[in-house]
Amino acid sequence: MTNFGVKTLPMKSRISHIASNTFREAVRDRVLYNLIAFALLLSGAAILVGQISIEIEKLVVINLGLTAVSLFGVVIAIFIGIGLVSKEIEKRTLYTVLSRPVRRWEFIIGKFSGLAGTLVVNTFFMAIGVFLALLYVSHKFVKADSLIFVALYFIILEFLIICALALLFSSFSSPLLSAVFTFSLFVVGNFAQDLRNFAAMEHGITRWLATGAAYLVPNFSAFNVITSIAHEQPVAGQLIVTNTFYALFYALMALSGAVLIFEHRDLK
Amino acid sequence: MPAIEILGLEKTYSVGFWRKRRKRALYPLQLTVEDGEVFGFLGPNGAGKTTTLKLLMGLVFPTSGTARILGQEWTDPAVKAQIGFLPEQPYFYDYLTAHELLNYYGQLSGVPARQRSKRVEEVLHQVGLHDVKGLQLRKFSKGMLQRVGIAQAILHDPQVVFLDEPMSGLDPMGRREVRDLMEQLKHEGKTVFFSTHILSDAETLCDRVAIIHKGELRGVGVVEDLTSTVQGKVEVIWQGTEIPASVRALGADCHISGGDRVRAIVAENQQDAMIDALRREHQRLISITPVRTSLEAYFVEKLRHAESTAASTV
Ligand SMILES: Nc1ncnc2c1ncn2[C@@H]1O[C@H](COP(=O)(O)OP(=O)(O)O)[C@@H](O)[C@H]1O
Ligand SMILES: [Mg+2]
Repeated sequence: MTNFGVKTLPMKSRISHIASNTFREAVRDRVLYNLIAFALLLSGAAILVGQISIEIEKLVVINLGLTAVSLFGVVIAIFIGIGLVSKEIEKRTLYTVLSRPVRRWEFIIGKFSGLAGTLVVNTFFMAIGVFLALLYVSHKFVKADSLIFVALYFIILEFLIICALALLFSSFSSPLLSAVFTFSLFVVGNFAQDLRNFAAMEHGITRWLATGAAYLVPNFSAFNVITSIAHEQPVAGQLIVTNTFYALFYALMALSGAVLIFEHRDLK
Repeated sequence: MPAIEILGLEKTYSVGFWRKRRKRALYPLQLTVEDGEVFGFLGPNGAGKTTTLKLLMGLVFPTSGTARILGQEWTDPAVKAQIGFLPEQPYFYDYLTAHELLNYYGQLSGVPARQRSKRVEEVLHQVGLHDVKGLQLRKFSKGMLQRVGIAQAILHDPQVVFLDEPMSGLDPMGRREVRDLMEQLKHEGKTVFFSTHILSDAETLCDRVAIIHKGELRGVGVVEDLTSTVQGKVEVIWQGTEIPASVRALGADCHISGGDRVRAIVAENQQDAMIDALRREHQRLISITPVRTSLEAYFVEKLRHAESTAASTV
């Protein structure tokens, strides 16, 4: 029909184009330059703690390093995630995307994948920083250090949940509100286990409500193995499996919510 | 097969904090645009033009009604590969260069990789942005963004092009270029549906126009027909410095202009009597032309009519 046979692409490639553009935006936004700051910070800290005794310093580097990786990532996930949809609606950049053969759910999934990809790359570079700092204080790697990979894997799973939540809120509220919602859930999620314990001790309606809330918020307490890893305690294989499924399920639910809302939404 | 069939599309926005108040932006609209037409969608600001285009692009959802584009359901992604859209005051990813943006959009529209970069270069030349193709869009002026908007609308060689106020934000030279581009699209057999509140843009370009005001369609037709139906008068010019009484008696609206010319406007059915009178008076006739009101006059007339009927129903 047309001069050069425009074809509707398979949806997979449309999603990947949207994802890589999202990644490109993050890079140009200089978000990834945080990494350099991060690496410098970490090396500085490593040299500082280098003055303390050898056993403690390794513990501190792992603790501090992984906590920083997680916090930096969470901040980036929230910072970018909250604007992913609402900013595009606000600036009307979506008009010329959605008037193309792009379905709305493809847009959401593309954006999610792009942000998740950004965070994985980000985590990769920060992890290098952690390992370098570790090498600096202990001069060699031991087998127990491989546990750090498990902690990093859990951190990435956590990011997936946060990205999906940020996207969910971003699909119906302003960036500021989305940030507040997502960050609150992140904080509360870290106490999810306490919340569950509290719920179990209550009675009647309070118990029902508390249990509902405790199981609705993301259970980030299960993902935080940093302290135990720093003490070289192994992680149960069972936990790796359940965390993987939990994170995928939770992110999928949040994304479905985002899609459901966005599919029926009028653009400004 | 018509290129665009709008079948009763209607939009009521919910506004206010609780989304309780209703704002009717578009009454059920019935409109057909034929294949290969350049169709002007005219109306003052706030008439509902942008709303109509956003409904057609699937950016907002209709309260009721449907549409068909190229004979297919308008939400079908296959249709969207065949249409181009220039939004009003377009804005794009400002971290991309013009070249990157068009390449990305080419990907989304399914322009095959082999032809893509050649095609991107081509449209960049066409809209006069080739020299700045490596500049990030955040550094573009409004007029340049409008050109990017036009480029992305025609990039994938669509069959039907929707343009929302395509001339706005452009200097006279740019407007001229857009006009040429629309003519070229028509020449290529494409259908162009464009909105404007500037009537002179439509007058020279359109095969047909529709006039919309306060969300309601007020008239559709060929520009010449619309404008000639308004008055049915002729303008008669002859050489002379005075107005003979017999001519004046015909109820002509006369005035002397340019020293030795008299210009008179009379009703069409008085035309013959007028000529006879002039012949009797030995005046030298120069011209007789039907008075065609401008589209603008037609427009004002229509809107005034709309206002008065609205007022009388209150
Ligand atoms: N998102 C919206 N929410 C509420 N009212 C809207 C919205 N968009 C447009 N309107 C109203 O709908 C009417 C038509 O607007 P629009 O279609 O933009 O007109 P035009 O493009 O012809 O200038 C206006 O009265 C406008 O205020
Ligand atoms: Mg408008």
